[in-house]
Amino acid sequence: MSEVTTILLSGVGGQGTILVSRVLTRALLDQGYDVKMSEIHGMAQRGGSVSTTVRYGQEVHSPLIGYGQADVLVAFEQMEAIRWTPYLKRDGIIVVNDYKIRPLPVASGQEEYPEDYLETLRSRFKTIAFDAAKEAKTLGNPRVMNIILLGAMAEAFQMNDFDWEKALEKEIPERFLAINKKAFLEGQKLAQNASL
Amino acid sequence: MKQFLSGNEAVARGLYEAGIQVASAYPGTPSTEIFENLHPYPDIYHEWATNEKVAVEVAYGASIAGVRSVAAMKHVGVNVAADPIFTAAYNGVGRGFVIISGDDPSMHSSQNEQDNRHYARAAKIPMFEPADSQDALDMIKEAYKISEDYDIPVLFRMTTRVCHSRSLVETGEVETVEAIPYTKNPKKYISAPANAYIHRKELENKQQQLAEYSEQSPFNQMEIRGSKIGVITAGGASLIAREVFPEDTSFLKLGFTYPLPMKLIREFSKQVDTLYVVEELDPIMEEQIKAEGIDCKGKDVFPSMYEFNPSILKEALTGEKEPFLDQSDKAVTRPPVLCPGCPHRGFFYTLGKQKDTIVTADIGCYTLGGSPPLSAIDTVICMGAGFTVAMGMSKAFEKTGTPKTIFGVVGDSTFFHSGIPGAIEIFYNKGHVIPVVLDNSTTAMTGQQDNPGTGYTLMEEIASVVSIEKIFEAIGYEKIITVDPQDLDAMKKAIEEAKASEVPVAMVVRRPCVLIRRIKREPALCYVDRDLCRSCRRCLSVGCPAVFYVDNKSMIDPDLCVGCTVCLQVCPFGAIKER
Repeated sequence: MSEVTTILLSGVGGQGTILVSRVLTRALLDQGYDVKMSEIHGMAQRGGSVSTTVRYGQEVHSPLIGYGQADVLVAFEQMEAIRWTPYLKRDGIIVVNDYKIRPLPVASGQEEYPEDYLETLRSRFKTIAFDAAKEAKTLGNPRVMNIILLGAMAEAFQMNDFDWEKALEKEIPERFLAINKKAFLEGQKLAQNASL
Repeated sequence: MKQFLSGNEAVARGLYEAGIQVASAYPGTPSTEIFENLHPYPDIYHEWATNEKVAVEVAYGASIAGVRSVAAMKHVGVNVAADPIFTAAYNGVGRGFVIISGDDPSMHSSQNEQDNRHYARAAKIPMFEPADSQDALDMIKEAYKISEDYDIPVLFRMTTRVCHSRSLVETGEVETVEAIPYTKNPKKYISAPANAYIHRKELENKQQQLAEYSEQSPFNQMEIRGSKIGVITAGGASLIAREVFPEDTSFLKLGFTYPLPMKLIREFSKQVDTLYVVEELDPIMEEQIKAEGIDCKGKDVFPSMYEFNPSILKEALTGEKEPFLDQSDKAVTRPPVLCPGCPHRGFFYTLGKQKDTIVTADIGCYTLGGSPPLSAIDTVICMGAGFTVAMGMSKAFEKTGTPKTIFGVVGDSTFFHSGIPGAIEIFYNKGHVIPVVLDNSTTAMTGQQDNPGTGYTLMEEIASVVSIEKIFEAIGYEKIITVDPQDLDAMKKAIEEAKASEVPVAMVVRRPCVLIRRIKREPALCYVDRDLCRSCRRCLSVGCPAVFYVDNKSMIDPDLCVGCTVCLQVCPFGAIKER
């Protein structure tokens, strides 16, 4: 069986996971890989949990994976890191946005948001965690949080030889390009500084 | 150059290459984007029909008139459209006619996971099942050839993961398809018993001919790699099976799955020691193969519920699990919720406070009015049932003497889809039901598609707006109350007025969805004055994702709030203010 790598992106509807998966697949395609990407639309978009699976290699058959099969998990939100870690390989890499979007059961005070999750992740996976929302605000646009996380993943998963700039140019409208390029570099820097 | 397309985009491209001219659909996940991706091809007439039955009949009419046509819908839509499909199978077609069904294993966005492959057998029409985007493009073109060669409608069955997965696709040339000049043919197209009696036998003969095609179809291919294990598989499941079975497993991958190529299957079975049938959902292929006396393993090994993935198949096959970190007990569920500023919130919040009230709702974003903390819905069954289930309950309550007020609730698109017959039923048969249309001026759940109430068509032409009030009026409702649900006092008054009405009454609860792109909104924001907040949590009871409770006070997330003021209106202490 040929080697297939899987990157799983998880987040909350509206966080921009789809755009990240588009830039990512563009970079992979330009590198000559066969790529399959699977996303979920519909009811889950209404503030529910969303995920996108990106798989690449010489030849990819299944667009889907099951538990314990992802090489990398990029979680755009803390709870969505916890929810999707079962899909990560034992020695996988996880990039976590240290940021909370309270699901309704927590917002209404019925349930507690789990607090000790980062320790669990660190004990088990190569974990990179930072507050990308804060960094995005510092850069001047809260929406580029997603591209910061992409940059961090590219660094952590050693995908630095990819032509990310070209991929960003192809997928992001001209007027948002400069700030997104900056966001990507910021993400790379944050991952370099974060302790593995 | 290859393009990276979703299954839905590839089908749209394939429809263009196949030279279709008329396309009709009703939006429904996972099929919606097929028609949204017909936009680049203005030469194809494409429309949102009022419902799936209408879509199939429109497309079939175009086929009879001599052009290639398509109808598309989600799996449950085929139930609505089944009537014309079964008879079109008898009559045959003019130009090629294809019906696309988007099935939803695991019910990502549906009320059931019915396996629409049954429809091909039941209606006796040929069926294609693409596995990925390249298949989708290639097979849809072949489907038109088959439809015309065998004079029969074709079912094109996709699943959520085929529709929404992207892969590389080699596109092709656009075929020039001449229209067939229309000539009257009553023996073919008048489905009277005498004609149907003859068509019945012709349909049977076509089954035989299609079975012969199935044996030769380029989409039914053997790949012999070893003699120990053989796998017969189709659609999306075939891709997963390829990753899970050992390298030396032989495959018979089927893309044309009704009628099945039984000779090919028998030949394949003889070349392997153990034969597996790997199919998602029901054992449709397995049962047909076993009925032919061919021994195989199938649903005794693999699940017959929910979507497949590689670990599910691997565990079923070998008992082995990949090691993984189970934290499922820690993750709090994140159910989909009404958006901040959703107009449905004010309606369900107000209705939820009413005593002795039953609410039968319908399919759409407003289904979420049934989730906590709003919890304002008793039933959701299918499109249109919001009115009609209410009717049945009212007749039952008359018998049992149960004093409940029943609100039957449908959305605007659902009203046009199948709500109107229910509104007539309630009026005509004297039901004690208050029909309510939640008019948010779009088909919201599937991603803001236009409908007869929005003033635009799918091809972005200006359309005449169908008035919901005038329809109620024409039926005979004597009182029609139109109200803005974002004004909670007005909403409450309207509900009380409807409940007290002595004459047949209907309600139109109207405010546009906050996500409609062509409506420009002034940015607005509410915030909590923490000095005034008395921690009563009333604002949390509106179920808004922007409102949360932290350090014993309420807060509003400024990134999410759109300033609808529903939480402000429920706060008894004036602690929520507008910025």
